[in-house]
Amino acid sequence: MTILQLVFLATAAVTLVAALMVVVSPRMVHAALWLILALAGVAVLFVLLEAGFLGIVQVAVYIDAIAILIIVTVMLTQRAMGEGGRQVNRSWLWAALAAIVLFGGLLLMLSQAPGSATVATPLAADAEATVEDLGRALVDVDRYVLPFEVASVLLLAALIGAIVVARPSTEARREGRQP
Amino acid sequence: MIPLSWYLILAAALFCVGLYGVLARRNVVAILMGIELMLNAVNLNLVAFWRYVSPRLIAGQVFAIIVFAVAASEAAVGLALIISIYRRHATVAAEDINMLKW
Repeated sequence: MTILQLVFLATAAVTLVAALMVVVSPRMVHAALWLILALAGVAVLFVLLEAGFLGIVQVAVYIDAIAILIIVTVMLTQRAMGEGGRQVNRSWLWAALAAIVLFGGLLLMLSQAPGSATVATPLAADAEATVEDLGRALVDVDRYVLPFEVASVLLLAALIGAIVVARPSTEARREGRQP
Repeated sequence: MIPLSWYLILAAALFCVGLYGVLARRNVVAILMGIELMLNAVNLNLVAFWRYVSPRLIAGQVFAIIVFAVAASEAAVGLALIISIYRRHATVAAEDINMLKW
């Protein structure tokens, strides 16, 4: 058992426990904080996979932007559910069963799939060259410029859409009601 | 070295935890958190396959970046919808949001 394997196992355990706490925690603010821990664990795994740039993007996009957005929304909507209320719906047992069955099926499939025991070959290029290649690939006309541009249009549409949807309605503002 | 199957098993477990969150929680924000967990599991799979199967092609990382962008826009629009619904109906419970049900 090498050091890398120990690091992987520790990170995996932390990530899984944090993910479980996200879905079972009765208080939404705690769930959001556990979500940050789970996302940080995935960022560490990206670094273990020698995709350091994606690890940084994970921290910048998920932990910085999405997690903060979720925490703000939780705080804005906290009064609606109350603290002591039921947090799971009536069919939560079926949901747990579906998740366990899916996990069992995936494990079965993985155990039969060839090549799941492959070990990584060392990267041909060093980390800097990989990031450079990624940057070039995203703006190269022959490679991935189209998905890149579509993603930028999608982000713009989401930006405008989020502002329009979250605005208070015009009547509410005319009446001077607090949003 | 770490075998590929470890990453795949972890990603499968993460996905199933997220699936349980999406199916079982009543709070819409919690459902969105479950979706984020599932997207993370998928991303982990994509990057692991890139590293182990085709490290020469950068496609795996490009895929992961597109998933990041989609996740960010999905979270922004989803949370805006939740805030809008909360403002009009003062609820964030999934079963109470049934205005479109006939």
